[in-house]
Amino acid sequence: MTTLPTRRDEAWRYADIDAVARLWPLAAPERINVAAGDTAARHLIVDAAQGATEIRQFAINLDKGAKFDFHVLALGGAYGRIELDVILHEGADFNLGGVILGNDDQILEIVTTVNHVEPGATSRQTIRAVMADKATGTYLGKVAVARGAQHTDSVQSFKAMLLGRAATANAKPELEIYADDVKCAHGAAIGELDAMGLFYLESRGLTPADAKRLMLQAFVAGVFDGAEAEEELQAAALAKLGELV
Amino acid sequence: MEFLSKDQLVKMLNINNLHTAIGDKEILKGLSLKINAGEIHAIMGPNGAGKSTLTYTLGGRPGYEVTSGAVEFDGQDLLTLAPHERAAAGLFLGFQYPVEIPGVSNVQFLREALNAQRKLRGEAPLSGGEFLKVARAQADAMGMNMDMLKRPVNVGFSGGEKKRNEMVQMGILDPKLAILDETDSGLDIDALRVVGEGINRVMRKPDKAVLLITHYQRLLDYVQPDFVHVLAAGRIVKSGGPELALELEREGYAEIAA
Repeated sequence: MTTLPTRRDEAWRYADIDAVARLWPLAAPERINVAAGDTAARHLIVDAAQGATEIRQFAINLDKGAKFDFHVLALGGAYGRIELDVILHEGADFNLGGVILGNDDQILEIVTTVNHVEPGATSRQTIRAVMADKATGTYLGKVAVARGAQHTDSVQSFKAMLLGRAATANAKPELEIYADDVKCAHGAAIGELDAMGLFYLESRGLTPADAKRLMLQAFVAGVFDGAEAEEELQAAALAKLGELV
Repeated sequence: MEFLSKDQLVKMLNINNLHTAIGDKEILKGLSLKINAGEIHAIMGPNGAGKSTLTYTLGGRPGYEVTSGAVEFDGQDLLTLAPHERAAAGLFLGFQYPVEIPGVSNVQFLREALNAQRKLRGEAPLSGGEFLKVARAQADAMGMNMDMLKRPVNVGFSGGEKKRNEMVQMGILDPKLAILDETDSGLDIDALRVVGEGINRVMRKPDKAVLLITHYQRLLDYVQPDFVHVLAAGRIVKSGGPELALELEREGYAEIAA
C-alpha cells in the first residue's frame, strides 16, 4: 500500500488512522518463508510503551508441505496492529494463536489474510480478546481459497470477553471461496464473564479481582498451549490480565 | 457430644426478621432462626418457599437485596461482608447446582481460595505440597481420585460427582458453618450415603454447625438434625425436633404449613 489508508479501507476500518499517519510510510512487511517440508515457529508480543504505536506486518509464504506456528500477543501501546498475509502452497499447514488484551483507550488489532492457493492446505486461527475500560479489540480475518485449491481445511475462531460497558470487540471472519470441495469453518462470539461462576468462586474465598483473573486466565490459556516461548507468552498475558480486573 | 447448659451455648448464626427481595419481589418475609455451635438444623419446605433465596442471601449473592432484618455470624454482622469475606469468616455454601467453570482446575482454584481465606484471617499460606496433602485426604474420604480434582471445576461431572466435589471442597476449606442447599438432589442411594457421611465427618463437631436445606426426609436418615424447621412463604412457620421431618414426609407440607 503506497497511500495512507482511510477507515473506508475494509482492513483499516477500526484502526487509529492518526497513529498510522505518524508512522507512514510503513517499512516493507517482514518476510517469512518456510521451505517445502520444513517446520518453523515464531512468536511475537506487541508491547509498545504507553501511548506509542506499533504496527507489525508479515508476508508469510509456506511452500509445499511446510508447517508454521505463529503465536502473537497484543497488549501494549495506544495503537497496536499485527497484520499477516499468508500464502499456503499444496499441503501446507498454518496455525495462528492470538490473544488481545486491552484496557484504557487502547486499540489493538489482528488482521489476517490467508490465501489457500493450492490444494490440501490447512489453516487454523484461534483468537481470544479481553477488553476492559474503553479499549477496542479487533480481529479481521479473511480466508481466500483459490480456484483449484480443493481439500482446503480452514478454521477461524474468535471469542471476546468484555469487562465493561464501554469496551468494544469487533470480529469479521470473511471467506472468499473459488473451489467446491473445501471445509471452511468460522465462529465469533462476544460475551461477558459468567456472574454465577464469579459468585461461586467468591463464595469459596477468592476476591472479586482474583475470581475474574482466574476465569480470564482460563479463557485465554489454551491459545498458547505448546507455543514456542509458551511460558513467556503466558506470563506476559497473566501480568496484563492482572491489570484488567 | 458434650451437652452444654443453656448459658454455655455458643451462638453461631442469628437471623433476625430477615426480609430479602429480588428486584421488586419480596421472597423472604421476616425469617428468624438461631443456630448454636454443635447443632445441625434442617429447613424443609415446598418449592418457592424461599429456601434457595435464604442460601444466596446468607452467601451474599448479588441481586439478593436485604430490605430489612439482621444476620449475625460468629459475632460479626454478616450482611456487611462481601462473599469472599464471609467465606474467610467461616461460612460455606453448598450449591444446589454447582457451577461448571471450563479451564479452571479444581486444585488450582481450591488452593487459591484456601490461601485467600487464610490471608484474610492472617494465617500463612499453604505450600503446594501441604495443600495437596489436605486435598488428597479429603478427596479419598469422598471417593474421588486426584485426577478428578485436577480437572476443570465441575466440567463433565455427573450430578452426583458435582455434589461429592462440593463436599470435598467443604472438607478442604473446613468452615465453621455449612449451608447446604439441596445437597441431596440428584443423588442415588449410594451417593446419598457417601455425602451424608461426608457431612457428619467434616461438620459434626462441637465448634461447627450445619444448616441443611432440603425437600426430602431421605438425607436426614444419614445426617440426623437436632432441629427441623418448616419454611413456607418466606418465613419459618413451624419448628421441632427430627420427628417433624417424618411428620412432613407423611402429611405433606400443605397440612403442616397451613
